[in-house]
Amino acid sequence: MARVSFTIDGRSVEAEEGENLLKAARENGVDIPGLCWMEKLTPSSSCRMCIVKIEGQRGLAAACATAAQEGMAVTAFDEELEDYRRTTLELILSEHNYDCGVCSKNGECELQALAFRYDLGVDQPKRITVPAIWKKTPMPVDRSSPVLTYDATRCIRCGRCIASCDEIQGKQVIDFIHRGARSFVSPSMSMWSNSSCDGCGECVQACPTAGLTEKPLVERFRSFEVERRVRTTCVYCGVGCQLDLWIKGGRIVRVRGADVEPNRGRLCVKGRFGYQFVDHAERLTVPLVRKDGELVEAEWDEALDLVARKLGDIKAKSGSSALAGLASAKCTNEENYLFQKFVRAVLGTNSVDHCARLCHAPTVAGLGKAFGSGAMTNSIPELADADCILVTGCNVTETHPVTSTYIKNAVRKGATLIVIDPRRIDLVPKAGLWLRQKPGSDVAWINGMINVMIEENLVDREFIAGRTENFEALKDLVASYTPRRVEQISGIPEEKLREAARLYAKSERSAIVYAMGITQHVTGTDNVLSLANLAMAAGQIGRPSTGVNPLRGQNNVQGACDMGALPDVYPGYQRVDRSEAAEKFRAAWGVESLSPEPGLTVNEIMQGALSGTVKGLYVMGENPMLSDPNLQHVEEALKAVDFLVVQDLFLSETARLADVVLPAVSFAEKEGSFTNSDRSVLRVRAAVPAPGKARTDWEIVAELSTRMGYPMKYESASEIMDEAAALTPIYGGISHARLDRETLHWPCPAPDHPGTLFLHGTKFSRGKGAFHPVDWIPPAELPDEEYPFVLSTGRMLFHYHTATMTRRSEPLNRFAPGAYAEIDPEDLAELGGADGSTLKVTSRRGSIEIPARASPRVARGTIFIPFHYAEAPANMLTNDALDPVSKIPEFKVAACAIEVLK
Amino acid sequence: MAYKNYILVCGGTGCESSKSDELFKALHQQAEAQGVKNDVQIVKTGCFGFCEKGPIVKVLPQESFYVEVKPEDAKEIVAEQVVKGREVKRLLYRKGEKADSNVKIEDIEFYQKQFRVVLRNCGVINPENIDEYIAREGYTGLERALFKMKPDDIVNELKVSGLRGRGGAGFPTWLKWDLTKKAPGDVKYVVCNADEGDPGAYMNRSTIEGDPHSLIEAMIICGYTIGARQGYIYIRAEYPLAIERLKIAIRQAKEYGLLGTNILGSGFDFDLEIRLGAGAFVCGEETALLRSLEGNRGMPVPKPPFPAISGLWKKPTVINNVETYVNISVIMSKGAQWYAKIGTEKSRGTKTFALTGKIQNSGLVEVPMGTTLREIIFDIGGGIRGGKKFKGVQTGGPSGGIITAESLDQPISYESLTALGSMMGSGGMIIMDEDDCVVDIAKFYMAFCVDESCGKCAPCRIGTNQMHAILDKISKGQGTEDDLAKLEKIGKAMTKASLCMLGGSAANPTLSTLRHFREEYLEHIRDHKCRAGKCKDLVVYEIDAAKCIGCGLCARKCPVPCIAGEKKQPHVIDQARCIKCGECYKACKFGAVIKK
Repeated sequence: MARVSFTIDGRSVEAEEGENLLKAARENGVDIPGLCWMEKLTPSSSCRMCIVKIEGQRGLAAACATAAQEGMAVTAFDEELEDYRRTTLELILSEHNYDCGVCSKNGECELQALAFRYDLGVDQPKRITVPAIWKKTPMPVDRSSPVLTYDATRCIRCGRCIASCDEIQGKQVIDFIHRGARSFVSPSMSMWSNSSCDGCGECVQACPTAGLTEKPLVERFRSFEVERRVRTTCVYCGVGCQLDLWIKGGRIVRVRGADVEPNRGRLCVKGRFGYQFVDHAERLTVPLVRKDGELVEAEWDEALDLVARKLGDIKAKSGSSALAGLASAKCTNEENYLFQKFVRAVLGTNSVDHCARLCHAPTVAGLGKAFGSGAMTNSIPELADADCILVTGCNVTETHPVTSTYIKNAVRKGATLIVIDPRRIDLVPKAGLWLRQKPGSDVAWINGMINVMIEENLVDREFIAGRTENFEALKDLVASYTPRRVEQISGIPEEKLREAARLYAKSERSAIVYAMGITQHVTGTDNVLSLANLAMAAGQIGRPSTGVNPLRGQNNVQGACDMGALPDVYPGYQRVDRSEAAEKFRAAWGVESLSPEPGLTVNEIMQGALSGTVKGLYVMGENPMLSDPNLQHVEEALKAVDFLVVQDLFLSETARLADVVLPAVSFAEKEGSFTNSDRSVLRVRAAVPAPGKARTDWEIVAELSTRMGYPMKYESASEIMDEAAALTPIYGGISHARLDRETLHWPCPAPDHPGTLFLHGTKFSRGKGAFHPVDWIPPAELPDEEYPFVLSTGRMLFHYHTATMTRRSEPLNRFAPGAYAEIDPEDLAELGGADGSTLKVTSRRGSIEIPARASPRVARGTIFIPFHYAEAPANMLTNDALDPVSKIPEFKVAACAIEVLK
Repeated sequence: MAYKNYILVCGGTGCESSKSDELFKALHQQAEAQGVKNDVQIVKTGCFGFCEKGPIVKVLPQESFYVEVKPEDAKEIVAEQVVKGREVKRLLYRKGEKADSNVKIEDIEFYQKQFRVVLRNCGVINPENIDEYIAREGYTGLERALFKMKPDDIVNELKVSGLRGRGGAGFPTWLKWDLTKKAPGDVKYVVCNADEGDPGAYMNRSTIEGDPHSLIEAMIICGYTIGARQGYIYIRAEYPLAIERLKIAIRQAKEYGLLGTNILGSGFDFDLEIRLGAGAFVCGEETALLRSLEGNRGMPVPKPPFPAISGLWKKPTVINNVETYVNISVIMSKGAQWYAKIGTEKSRGTKTFALTGKIQNSGLVEVPMGTTLREIIFDIGGGIRGGKKFKGVQTGGPSGGIITAESLDQPISYESLTALGSMMGSGGMIIMDEDDCVVDIAKFYMAFCVDESCGKCAPCRIGTNQMHAILDKISKGQGTEDDLAKLEKIGKAMTKASLCMLGGSAANPTLSTLRHFREEYLEHIRDHKCRAGKCKDLVVYEIDAAKCIGCGLCARKCPVPCIAGEKKQPHVIDQARCIKCGECYKACKFGAVIKK
């Protein structure tokens, strides 16, 4: 875009053509006042403080609603304008509960700053002293939200909150109510606690005054009391939001979204309000050792020596294959690197795995086979510029809330959203097309879409010919997946399937977004391969805002995989059974040999424990006692091992079974990096001191390793990253020093490489994209007379994974205090129950009691239970039948029976 | 077949509220009962304009102009005029004091200086019958546009006509259409602003009620010109009769192939829908109207972009008001040259006004631009009611200002009214006499703006409120001279800094009365006196014992009641309970009630 020059108050300035005049003026050092403008929002021009004169234009213009143009002559300051501004500001102050001394925004309030600038006190002689009108009309103060307070007497009606909620978060929860001086901001249903507000706090962050304020996380504070603001990465989901933690007295008092990629200032309720767990009273502060059946406090030396001795004994007696480790998608890259190094180099086995097995193992396997790289092909913010987005098996507003905002931004800009999901997820109302497939029918509808594309000549022949291989085989296979047959299998009406195929294929930029609704099946890898087929057939990959985009669940599940916390690969997906890779690592790590055998997966470790082949297990920050399928089986397994070490923040369900529990530190207390879902490697920084004697995971691993005769000496996490980068080509150019300056997406092979925003641009990682024809097969367990319902499990917005952290954060608990089962109201009525009835849900593996929530979100004959709640663990019921390729269990389909208890 | 008589009954909202509908039914019953059903056609028309004298009935071919006709009069009208061919003299309009059977419509002073272009069919045709519109050259303008003109020709025709927007600021209509026509985009819209919200204004309502097809025709022409295929009429829900007639008209136009696909075989498609407003004054502001039309909260947004570039759903949109469109139908059928001869150099054509307030003949009038205020108020309007003294006229409603006696001879045009500190507005004209208090008037309009401010921008939301509070204070005798400076300061900031013209003009009534009648404000402040006796807190009613004969009429009229006294003895007002309504003052025939 062209640069233009123009004048402000006679001074020559430059700006981009069409740039917002207020922004341009400020960037040129002309500080035109303004209260309602925020760069990312449509200007409302409501505060009228930025009025200016533009030569040749009648009347005054609001700078915030004016585009910079070549040659314009702007008057920003003269006596007349300042007079109007002063009067307007006095009017605003007359509407304001002007009591800065007791206001929590004292010192950071934009109105206060302007009042100071114009020297307008409560009772100044300079003022025209209009009476305070905010007292005349009763104005509400709404404290009903778990996370925020709205005080209409401190609100200036600038509308920034409303626009943020609508334009950025796409939620449209709030708007003005009433008219004129009686107007104020109101949520739907008039009260925050009754509204659809999910507490993301975007509005609070946008508020220039104390109209909207966060409820104190730990204590009240004023901004000037804040000692430090530490930029770090959110510890919850895989979006990798950048945060600023505001620290006062060693505690996190506020969280603000940082205006950088990938979140551009946005956060969700967990990211903004979910950090009370950090200084929770139940944090582990000293090691625990089991004595006489009880876990009792111990010194580090005692605990570490015990672990070193026990693991050493098992290795000596039963061999390395009797040991296994579970790494953690919650821990940093550096810690996962070190953990897998410990398991491989010290314990001598490849049996290291982590909960990626339970979420995206099929992605790593499937996309690896098809493209050569098992990660999100494009970056998250690119979704905002897509023309068509196909979301399948992914309740993205709850599981990846900030990613969903980009999808909603795209829809706002005119993109078509296609949702293919058995549940009526929250995105459905925004979707142009919603197809409700039967659980477990994904391969069929994807093949069906490709069938339609071939029949209607919508495939991208040029792309297929130039960039891919094996298309003919796919063509032969999908020939039998006619829309009519697909309708019989999936329940998706023929015409809707055709429509979806046309929309996806014909749009300029179409992106596929998926998650565990695709992967958590016995056909998980097949499902992923099918999506890859679909994208390649339509040529919707290798360009911005297209691609196949698995949304990774945990904050660092991508990084834990990248760092080799998987039984078959070293860091950077270098296969353990390839001798050159093994030799590289052996040499680098300075050991005699490394096992060439792929190790055991999570489920195989549990099987091994039960059968007695696995005797010692080291768990770093995982909680299989809630996260894994068929919990009864897991519990038996964990109890069966000879020696169990658990390293965690809290005494989790798994830690309770351990022989030794080691207290680790949280993300807010350590340095390192996470790799988010779109392959951005993001810094984690220590913001608060660790509680008690807790140590970082990498220090614990290094200490243990040293005690087992393999000294690990690292000064810092940065040093570990340097070692990992040297051995991991896709991380070759990554270092903490670079990450402190820039956002890098892997592959980033060299220190001067800028990173890779989207993959497979000119060629696929594996060379040519490979089509893999796959046939549909039914789920492992289908409903029958005895177990007539299909159970699906999943996550919800307010809790994360096994909820060890979120249930220790009060605001989140207030939003979602207890377990529930979503069931269709008619099904529930037929069972003789009503909303709130207690259900007994039974599968072939177990039984739980849980309150019913009558909900139109689920289809008839299905039931959905979030898996976060220990008191009603959905995984008592789930099926541990595995996908043969990736070994992921089928969490999404289990047959169950439902009985109404009361 | 030809009828012996045609009876035209006014069906405007004003006359309907004085039972013209019952009268209409009664006439039908009587025609039936008296066996002359086939001799007479009884037609319900739109507004005759002469609302003061409603319900109006006109009988053809005698041109009998009956005023204030009641349903009970139906029997006599049918018996005398239809059966016997004689006029009903007692119902005829009286010129001066005498009943004069020769008073025809064109002889009535109310109509003499009027020139009806926009209202040409009101009171003439049955608005619910498209054939009557067509018979009066209706839809010939559309035919000419579709088959004889290119869109550019139409723009040029409008340019030659000199038509300017009748909604307020007077933007050249051809330019608006031309900008929208040239704006890039396949989808464009035609919108009619029928959200007439000024207190005392009913020009648009009457026009639609009397001649809906004239609006529809122009909107189709607009669609053809700019390349739009969909139009919306945004009309306030408080206008049920206008809405009903529009619905009928749209249905009939569709039946005649004038709306829908392939209009008159031209290949041009255009459809029209009615959207109801919920009565927010701010929705008369075009950007707020468009937001409301989209289903959003009706709040203005900054311009530019103007609707011509980014309007309804961000598509190029022409938005004109009812009167502007109706003018276009005439221009297209009679030609721009004909039209351009009417009015003044810069303000062509005619303007409709709704005359209300202390005027002898309240009603709907239409005059050529350039007519003086004096002609409108004194010749057409018949002067001030009750022989009181003219004080001022408020044009442009709450957005306009007061124009005083010394400016009465100004010819009306967009420029002249703005120069006088008021504005053309949509055409409300409220006449005030010596019994009106300027502080009270300013307070009334400011209260209206307090209620109607949408609340979006700070100067309007808070400024109206603060100015109202100050005016209220002054009206209670508690004001200071400093308050006048505050009014001017806030008023000026509001005028200059507000987002839309609601706030931009809300201070006009206050500022213009301050300019013309500062003395009266000062009287309220210094002397605690309201010379008009309107500011209740400053008025005391007392009974002069010397004049009171104790008839008790005042006590009976008193709504509180707070007047006591024995029969034939002087009465006394209990000041503590008096609400200062002035009923006693008006009731006393002996001048015994004194207003202080």
